[in-house]
Amino acid sequence: MIRLSHIHRIFTVGEEEVYALKDVSLELSSGDYISVMGPSGSGKSTLLNILGLLDRPTTGTYEFEKDQITSLSNEDQALVRRNKIGFVFQFFHLIPRLTAAENVELPLILAGIDPRERKPRVAEALGVLGLKDRAKHRPDQLSGGQRQRVAIARATIMRPSLILADEPTGNLDRHSGSDVIEILENLNKTGITLIIVTHDPALGERARRSIVMTDGSILSDTRKKP
Amino acid sequence: MKAGNTFLFSMRALSGYPARTLLVLLAMAIGVASVMLLTSLGEGARRYINREFTSLGTHILFVLPGRSETTGGPPPLLGQTPRDLTLEDALALTRNPSIAKVGPIVVGSAPVSWNGKDREVTILGTTSNMFEIRQLAMGQGRFLPVQDPSVGTGVAVIGHKIKTEIFGNGSALGEWIRIQDRRFRVIGILSPKGQSIGLDMSDLVIIPVASAQSLFNTSALFRIMIEAKHRDDIQAAKDAVLKIIRERHDGEDDITVITQDAILSTFDRILTALTLTVAGIAAISLAVAGILIMNVMLISVSQRKSEIGLLKAVGATGSQVLRVFLTEAAILSMTGAVLGLVLAYSGLGVILRLFPDFPVHIPVWSVIASILTAQITGILFGVLPARRAAALDPVQALSRR
Repeated sequence: MIRLSHIHRIFTVGEEEVYALKDVSLELSSGDYISVMGPSGSGKSTLLNILGLLDRPTTGTYEFEKDQITSLSNEDQALVRRNKIGFVFQFFHLIPRLTAAENVELPLILAGIDPRERKPRVAEALGVLGLKDRAKHRPDQLSGGQRQRVAIARATIMRPSLILADEPTGNLDRHSGSDVIEILENLNKTGITLIIVTHDPALGERARRSIVMTDGSILSDTRKKP
Repeated sequence: MKAGNTFLFSMRALSGYPARTLLVLLAMAIGVASVMLLTSLGEGARRYINREFTSLGTHILFVLPGRSETTGGPPPLLGQTPRDLTLEDALALTRNPSIAKVGPIVVGSAPVSWNGKDREVTILGTTSNMFEIRQLAMGQGRFLPVQDPSVGTGVAVIGHKIKTEIFGNGSALGEWIRIQDRRFRVIGILSPKGQSIGLDMSDLVIIPVASAQSLFNTSALFRIMIEAKHRDDIQAAKDAVLKIIRERHDGEDDITVITQDAILSTFDRILTALTLTVAGIAAISLAVAGILIMNVMLISVSQRKSEIGLLKAVGATGSQVLRVFLTEAAILSMTGAVLGLVLAYSGLGVILRLFPDFPVHIPVWSVIASILTAQITGILFGVLPARRAAALDPVQALSRR
């Protein structure tokens, strides 16, 4: 489903060139459950950003569902993000002035989907995540766990084939954290590819495949025996 | 993203920060309102002058002694004064077919007294023709009688203000007043309405021209007012006046004839220029409002960085982000313009209440121009912040909370 070949990502900090990613090649198959771990500065977030088309590799190629992605224009990449990729962030990134339902609705609005179709889809997504009675609440009226669930509803509303989660439990207590992980794993069971970036080794262990990074390269890539 | 949705999203963004939005709206509204109010004042002044002139009668010419136009020749020798305009000059003009009425004018100031009350008053010496030429109206009694202009009689017509100041509520008709050392009988009182440029018709005493000449001991006329037969005759009348006076003054062009049209069009030009200048100054406040919109939008972009990053993460294209922010700028400037319109018209209401006589009026062109300028500045100054938002790197935008 995804093939990264010889990806380099170089940032220029002042005079110095910093290698965030050094010759990373990776193949991910559809429906997989992958954790990416490593100390901070190891390049795991950069890898996630490149996978999520928020960032472009300096060199190397990225194939997504057999399509060459690297050469697409910014606008076309935005379309791929919109239709194929869902993001879940550590800090939720909900728009504070919009209600939960409106936040979830956002990708549908951007895609220009008819309001009559939008409403039931939003209601369904919130229903699945147990947020039916929170639809009209604004983010500041929700708990952390609820906010992350709204964010997951937003990430899944476009029925993406890939979900990228960057420290999804980093800002949550243990209980709501495990709730969120359960939700994400259930989504993975429906066939969505799930990639979680985390510090938490316990969380990393749960994935079928775990990648450990240091200094911009892949240190280990282990697959659980079924 | 459909236009309606962009609009709704932008509206939510604006209503999410009410204080900031209101401030920008206020600035825009004040800009638009000041353009409209200032032009309406200029336009009002123009109309006021116009109205005053037409109240004088529409085809009037003024004859002044001396030439006011420069000829480019050497300056006149010291002590050389223009020949006086005399009553005979004025009477000679009446025979021309393009001239309907001739009103010679002598003006001076003299003490007027009655029953021990004394007041310095402007004395206007003229003939019965002045009544029609200046389109006067009588309050009581009658105007100067039709008679030989060269005969001075002791009758006077007084202005309304003079009447109340000297006679109070009592009757003035038939009373004898003393002007300097001569006695005049009051035969008429002007109606209070007559007020025209240069001369407050309610604050003077009108006596026969010959009486005024002997009162001030002069044979010279201050000027001659002429009414042409018809509007089309104004030029002919002007030529005739110049020709007749030249013949009478030994072939010298020593008078100036001013047509009312010329005065009017001069005033019109001056006031139009004034209105445009004032409008231009007011337009600066519109530009300031535009810059304010830009500042507010720039602040908004940097405050909403993570929101913009998120929009991009969930699949907003750069142009969609651009459109959202441009729409916000457009909504701000449009709403500000509409508020300004309301402000301007209520300001106009206040002015009309305070000065009911002053014909203020907001010209249509200024409404259109100020709203268009508001829109253009708003969007123009909105482009920079919107582009900045569209070009924002999502990774950086999302990295901070």
